[in-house]
Amino acid sequence: MMEKLIFGRYIPGTSWIHRLDPRAKLLSTILFIFVIFLANNWQTYLLLFIFVLTAVLLSEIKFSFFINGIKPMIWLILFTVILQVLFTGGGEVYFQWGILMLTSQGLLNGVFIFCRFVLIIFMSTLLTLTTMPLSLTDALEYLMRPLIALKVPVYEIALMLSIALRFVPTLMDETEKIMNAQRARGVDFGEGNVFQQMKAIVPLLIPLFVSSFNRAEELATAMEARGYSGGEGRTKFRKLDWSASDTLVMVVFVLITAALVFLRN
Amino acid sequence: MNKIITLNNLIYKYDETSIRPALNGVSLEIEEGEWIAIIGPNGSGKSTLAKTINGLIAPDSGEVFVDQLALTEENIWEIREKVGMVFQNPDNQFVGSTVQDDVAFGLENQAVPRDEMLKRVESALSQVKMLDFKEREPARLSGGQKQRVAIAGVVAIAPKIIILDEATSMLDPQGRQEVIETVQQIKEKENLTVISITHDIDEAANANRVLVMQEGKLVKEGTPQEIFSNGDQLIDMGLDLPFPEKLKVALEERGIKVPETYLTEEGMVEWLWTLLSKK
Repeated sequence: MMEKLIFGRYIPGTSWIHRLDPRAKLLSTILFIFVIFLANNWQTYLLLFIFVLTAVLLSEIKFSFFINGIKPMIWLILFTVILQVLFTGGGEVYFQWGILMLTSQGLLNGVFIFCRFVLIIFMSTLLTLTTMPLSLTDALEYLMRPLIALKVPVYEIALMLSIALRFVPTLMDETEKIMNAQRARGVDFGEGNVFQQMKAIVPLLIPLFVSSFNRAEELATAMEARGYSGGEGRTKFRKLDWSASDTLVMVVFVLITAALVFLRN
Repeated sequence: MNKIITLNNLIYKYDETSIRPALNGVSLEIEEGEWIAIIGPNGSGKSTLAKTINGLIAPDSGEVFVDQLALTEENIWEIREKVGMVFQNPDNQFVGSTVQDDVAFGLENQAVPRDEMLKRVESALSQVKMLDFKEREPARLSGGQKQRVAIAGVVAIAPKIIILDEATSMLDPQGRQEVIETVQQIKEKENLTVISITHDIDEAANANRVLVMQEGKLVKEGTPQEIFSNGDQLIDMGLDLPFPEKLKVALEERGIKVPETYLTEEGMVEWLWTLLSKK
């Protein structure tokens, strides 16, 4: 059951990347998505590829996992690339039909967009493969702390996230049980056309909803009995350790950003 | 002896329109260090009664005293530190993502400093013999193990009272025994008061005092011997009898004369072998 889980595809390990503070990883992944828009020529893209591939190597995770990360996105990527190619003007014109055209500039843009997608996917896959979902929640809580001033219930959001993660396997088990119960009553899952398959999901969702609400209520009672009275004034059991390597990551990141600004057209 | 819990004439209705209150004038006194079993048919108000003790339910009228403190809005959190509760469903009370996170949850709520927390989590887990599992996720634990973690979570906050709200009813016989033995050991060590709401009559037979509830009222109260020796009434209420009592009934049917008084399982064994050696 657990293996089927796509969400949080964490692969346990002890590599240098695994051991980094989740805050450093989360922060650099988020910043990366912004910084990548600085790249606009082959030198800058080359630099980013070297950065990302070094990180991938350091994670000691098989390269195929990263390729698999691209697969579900491939149609979106191709669609965007084709649009980019067909609607960008400039440079040598190879072919034109109405507003559609094939130009050297367009092709180059297409390649760059493709690279941008691949880099972003590699980077976020790296984050989810090397960081436990729970650590990510901790990092998120920490990074969102400034929002407390804006009355955002940061602690509550973090607790909600961690409880949601904790219940994923429980609900998966439950789904399996309900599916079996419905199969025993003659429901066919995964048969017939899309419409019929959708219809088969209904007798699955309703019991699942009902039981989830019951669970939520019992959980709330249990939390209250254990003294939970809101996110304020709690201490934390889980601790994050910012080490020298994390500072190093951030320094490298700043250097790369500076290099991008210098190298771009 | 210290009165640890006093309940005075509690009345509670789940909603205004219901004809029969869930609690209909319940009064009760519990001494420190007692093991109380509350039995009764479904819907007799057992769980409702338990939930009034730590303020999860506020009775419509009547008073609750825990450790000589009257339960009010103001001191409700203070009282919840004194009363630990283990619920029926092992999954629906597991808040943390791993065993140690879950045990720490109650401590986090009380803003216990982290160093202290680490010590208390370790010691609580070793008391329930779950220390080797401290990194495990709940999905990889059995029901009995999850309940032991729940007990560790209660032990960590060092309460005076543990309430088991049908804590063993969803477990297999082995898990049930593990949980009860764990609570027994901890009770002895920490001099806790245990209130166990249960369907497991054999578990109730080991209590100091058994309370029988029916239709929101306490209808009977006494030692297990007193309660179980008039078995017919219990069967009429839809309750089961402990194994030695069932054995007595079966022996009587076969024309063997058995003692009138209630016997524990050990007592029954004792009596049986003396009977056989006399022959």
